[in-house]
Amino acid sequence: MGLRSGTFQESYAQDMAIFHTRLDWGILFAFFIFLFTCPLFFSDRILTIMTMIGIAIISVHGLNILTGYCGQISIGHAGFMAVGAYTSAILTAKLGWPFWAALPSAALAAGMAGLIFGLPSLKIKGFYLIMATIAAHFIIVWFIFQLYGLTGGADGLAVPRPEIAGIVFKSKRSYFYLVMATACLATFTAQNIVRTRAGRAFVAIRDNDLAAEVMGINLWSYKLQAFFIGCVYAGVAGSLLVHYYAFASADLFPFWDSVWYLGMLIVGGMGSTAGAIFGAVSLKLLDELVTIVGPMLAAIFPAVAAQAAASLGLIARGLVIILFLIFEPRGLAHRWEMIKAYFRLWPFSHQE
Amino acid sequence: MTFFLQLVVTGLALGMVYALVAIGFVIILKCSDAFNIAQGHFVLLGGYLGYTFLVPFGLPIWATLVMAVGAAIIMGLLIERLALRPLVGQPVLAVIMMTIALATVLEGLVTLIWGGEYKAYHGVLPTLALKLGEISIPSETSIGLIVSLVAVAILMLFFRYTKIGLAMRATAEDLQVVQSVGIRVTTVYAVSWVIACVVGVIGGILLGGVSGVMTPLAEVGLKAFAVVLLGGVNSIGGAIVAGIILGVLENIAAGYLDPLLPAGGGLAHVFPFIVIIIVLIFRPYGLFGLVRIERI
Repeated sequence: MGLRSGTFQESYAQDMAIFHTRLDWGILFAFFIFLFTCPLFFSDRILTIMTMIGIAIISVHGLNILTGYCGQISIGHAGFMAVGAYTSAILTAKLGWPFWAALPSAALAAGMAGLIFGLPSLKIKGFYLIMATIAAHFIIVWFIFQLYGLTGGADGLAVPRPEIAGIVFKSKRSYFYLVMATACLATFTAQNIVRTRAGRAFVAIRDNDLAAEVMGINLWSYKLQAFFIGCVYAGVAGSLLVHYYAFASADLFPFWDSVWYLGMLIVGGMGSTAGAIFGAVSLKLLDELVTIVGPMLAAIFPAVAAQAAASLGLIARGLVIILFLIFEPRGLAHRWEMIKAYFRLWPFSHQE
Repeated sequence: MTFFLQLVVTGLALGMVYALVAIGFVIILKCSDAFNIAQGHFVLLGGYLGYTFLVPFGLPIWATLVMAVGAAIIMGLLIERLALRPLVGQPVLAVIMMTIALATVLEGLVTLIWGGEYKAYHGVLPTLALKLGEISIPSETSIGLIVSLVAVAILMLFFRYTKIGLAMRATAEDLQVVQSVGIRVTTVYAVSWVIACVVGVIGGILLGGVSGVMTPLAEVGLKAFAVVLLGGVNSIGGAIVAGIILGVLENIAAGYLDPLLPAGGGLAHVFPFIVIIIVLIFRPYGLFGLVRIERI
């Protein structure tokens, strides 16, 4: 990890900056221009995929703060998304709240759910916490089915499309802008939360919680903060998801999604904001690849045609996670840093 | 009263199933300190293997058992060598994610090969349906009880009196010490995965013979974790006691509370998870588990 030669940092502010050089800023603005002109030259299908990727990125940012930075492993993230989703759905569909008020409420409700299920994290960690969060997922989904009058239970709940200041986000293109703007904001806040005092406390807790406590970090407070922040992101993502489908249903938040969000984090690289983005993009693209390749394989091997599509997705995702765990446990973000380091000193790239 | 007793007996059957899955889980944990989420999928695979050898191949039950155990041994060795050994020394999340990924791959393979359809082979296993007064004891209960008790007895003797069993317990306690006294840790890990696979596959064959096999069978694996936590993660006897407690409680709760709930209840589905939360808050080391003291 070095800087381009000739770049010097002469103040703490410069050292702390995320973007060091004008080139970095230029690349950032070029990326923004590209991102927000996408709807001009991409089809609706690609925009849908990108919208889904955007929602996944928001969700994985939350999981990254909770699991990647604070080390509190959660396999109930889809459950917390469901809390946000249903809060937003009920507020807009049943109580007629505007979307701009329902979205923060959804985030808050998901955060509260995170606080409740984060309570055991004070006494337990590792596998035990994983079990507690798995339990959280199933209990949340069960409550959704039980509160039949409010949530529509298994029938689901029709949700209006969001409307802000007279603009209705009805078309795929307009929703793409809404999700991408939120995703950019989420990335910005996620990257900055981990640079605050709380973010450093999270890292200390992850690396050794007993040592962190001895050094004066209040475990109780910071673990719950991590749960709250992580689940707030989940709530926003869940809310955006149901408003996109204009329909809320517990089927949108299956248990395996909770696992895949963690998988995205592993593929992308834990404890790195860029890693969350890499992971969400690559696993979502893998899904798309499977939907294209599945029917092709079925045409070649008709004997397994019926099951091929369903099982191929499972096997592909499982294998990708296995391969990453064995060969690149630090994820794509680490690989990306190595590639950048290689080209920074190219062609004399002899460094460890 | 009859309703209550019937609930208890059906709950016992359920509890035996949980216990069988939980035992396989505890073995891996006891030896290699790895949490195996894929245990339920070993059971699923066992059920389908049993179906394949018994129905399309038409093998007798003893040959089926031999073949399935052989397959389980190969599977255990492969899983340990290819997937778990590269992760020795990695953080707990890596190991758990690996077993989750294994579970996914296994589920995908099972769906690919058997199509995820319901398969049953009733009448192959001996039926032990008993009747006590008005309560019928399903053969699921009696077979499950016998197999679990035999498995527990064998494993307890194994862990107490054999050299490899003692080596396994020592490995779970402290990897470095075990290596320094000259125990081959890789062998210990391989044996533990083989045993877990064999227990899972045998359980699957029995379950398949009693109630048929289908992909959701693997979800028993998730619920069995409640059993593991309640019994204490490193206690084999605890797994069986907690299995019975949980199975019975779950059935009673569902039987009496479901009619009171809106939307038809479905309490049996979440009950183990509620137990998980309660156990984790109040007694994280379970009923019979060791209390772990942490040092920096």
